[in-house]
Amino acid sequence: MLSFIIRRFISAILVLFAISVMVFLIFFATPGVDPAARIAGRSASPAVVAAVRAAFGLNRPLPIRYLLMMDHLFIKHDLTSYVNPNTPVIPQILHAAPVTLSLVVGAAVIWLIVGVLGGVIAAANRGKFIDPLIMFAGIAAVSVPAYWLGEVVNYFTQSKFHSSVFSWVPASGYVPIQQNPWQWALHLFFPWLTLAALYAGIYARVLRAELVNALNEDYVRTARAKGLSERRILMRHALRCSLISIVSLFGLDFGALIGGAALLTEVVMGLPGVGQLTYNSLQDLDLPVIMGCVMYAAFFVVLANAVVDVLYAVLDPRVRVA
Amino acid sequence: MPDEPVATDAVLSVRDLKVSFATRQGELRAVDGLSFDVGAKEVLGIVGESGSGKSVAMYSMLGLVRDSNVTISGSVRFEGREILGLSDKEMEGIRGGDVGMIFQDPMTALTPVYTVGWQIVEQIRAHSDMTKAQAMARAVELLGEVGIPNPASRVHQYPHEFSGGMRQRVVIAMALSCNPKLLIADEPTTALDVTTQAQILDLMEKLQQSYGSSIVIITHDMGVIAEMADRVVVMYAGRPCEIGPEIDVVRRPRHPYTWGLLGAVPRVDSKNQRLVTIPGTSVSPLDVPEGCAFAPRCEYKMALCDQRPELHGPRDHQDACWLSDEQRVAIRSAPVGEAS
Repeated sequence: MLSFIIRRFISAILVLFAISVMVFLIFFATPGVDPAARIAGRSASPAVVAAVRAAFGLNRPLPIRYLLMMDHLFIKHDLTSYVNPNTPVIPQILHAAPVTLSLVVGAAVIWLIVGVLGGVIAAANRGKFIDPLIMFAGIAAVSVPAYWLGEVVNYFTQSKFHSSVFSWVPASGYVPIQQNPWQWALHLFFPWLTLAALYAGIYARVLRAELVNALNEDYVRTARAKGLSERRILMRHALRCSLISIVSLFGLDFGALIGGAALLTEVVMGLPGVGQLTYNSLQDLDLPVIMGCVMYAAFFVVLANAVVDVLYAVLDPRVRVA
Repeated sequence: MPDEPVATDAVLSVRDLKVSFATRQGELRAVDGLSFDVGAKEVLGIVGESGSGKSVAMYSMLGLVRDSNVTISGSVRFEGREILGLSDKEMEGIRGGDVGMIFQDPMTALTPVYTVGWQIVEQIRAHSDMTKAQAMARAVELLGEVGIPNPASRVHQYPHEFSGGMRQRVVIAMALSCNPKLLIADEPTTALDVTTQAQILDLMEKLQQSYGSSIVIITHDMGVIAEMADRVVVMYAGRPCEIGPEIDVVRRPRHPYTWGLLGAVPRVDSKNQRLVTIPGTSVSPLDVPEGCAFAPRCEYKMALCDQRPELHGPRDHQDACWLSDEQRVAIRSAPVGEAS
């Protein structure tokens, strides 16, 4: 098991390395793009461009340039934005990351609880009234786009009923958890719900389908023939086996969201997270920031995948041998 | 038949069991009027082709048919107590405790994510107040009894680490873990290769003697019946067509369907002979004829066969066929290629 974990993380590091090389090549070695001119800024004199080229080592061979760029990005942290030459890239990302992490982790807790409960209740009550009810709620949550739901939530909590029912809702924005945990949770409460709705819907539906499949498996018949209670059959046998696919789904969703896919919710809810940073840098074609964001996103996607694979092996003994 | 007094020593008494499913194409009668008794320490074989309703009959008795469109009627008495229609809660003590089950496909019968020991312990603890450690010790003992080498270490392995035959041994160990009075084995050897089949049958016979359980063994293999069973029920299209002691049914079969089944057992001593088959295919359970279910495939069909024959005959060897004894003697003495 330990060697499996070590092997998995070594391969994750290799994947990250490969991604960094590709991102570097796409942004800095594409023919026709002169990074020195971009870094030097608009209407810079040829002397300044040459100085920048020398300073950033852009006249050196590609592998050296790659190493220098990684040095600027990760060790010296002095790669600066094209658009705002005075703001370095890495601190910007480090500043935005806690916002995204807070948003996604909180939402993930909500959607896991709601999704798993919904799926289990629906599967346990197949054919009864509550099953299609939950599934309908699920499909509704999946169908509503986050930006629309966010705007509607904002409309009700920030303007329409802000003076009455929702007077306790603070203005949109972010308060760091170390500064005031209560305000942190209060500010993030509606963003959490907005982001969690879609995923709770998906997870409830996926889990119900998995559970219904599992309940038709031979091992469930065996469990019933053993004289176990229906509750134990559902929770310890069917749910335990269905969790495997939920975990893999969760790893991918969580990694992608941490990596910036919570963009829509962040923008609508006015949260200065990584998604919003990526969105702004893309609008300005701010290459160093885009590269930093891509590397950051790749890191979390790869990390989440590695964690999922390890969890997979914990949940499913058949995977461990490989 | 349904009013026949229940034999006092019977562990399991089934009377006029009917199982049908409401489907879009109409009512599907999977089991239609099955009655039998299983005495203490008796091995009853239920034999029939695929789709003859033998497995459904057993599953419906224990409430293991979960289809909401099913209708089950009749009477199933376990040790004199009616168990048909009991709630899941009431059945929990019977399933796995007094009645153990062995399934057809050992590859899928165990939950893949738990060790075999965990699964045996789970069953033991569901039916007794043993501690985990005691139950685990019992699980090791059971695995040893069913012939698994190094049971103390293998008890901590997962189902996928066992071969098919070894998994079936685990399933048998689990079925026996609570000293059941009745063991229901649903085609326990069908999914195994031939040498393993023989080993599993030997094991079941041995364990039956040491545990003293009654066994109902479901199979489509007359060889398994000949090896294991004391008495036999031959089923066709959900109906019993012959019932009697194993020796009588195998040596002196009375129903044309049984003749066909026995004729279909390949023999070692008759070389260069084509396998004998029963002509035609099994009737669809959606349109079983009103009369004799086997009539459409029967060589000896008569006008009378449009009416449904009831089981009749000598006290312990009965069959559902309109042929008279004289006709049967004439047919059986004619030189046709049936076995024995």
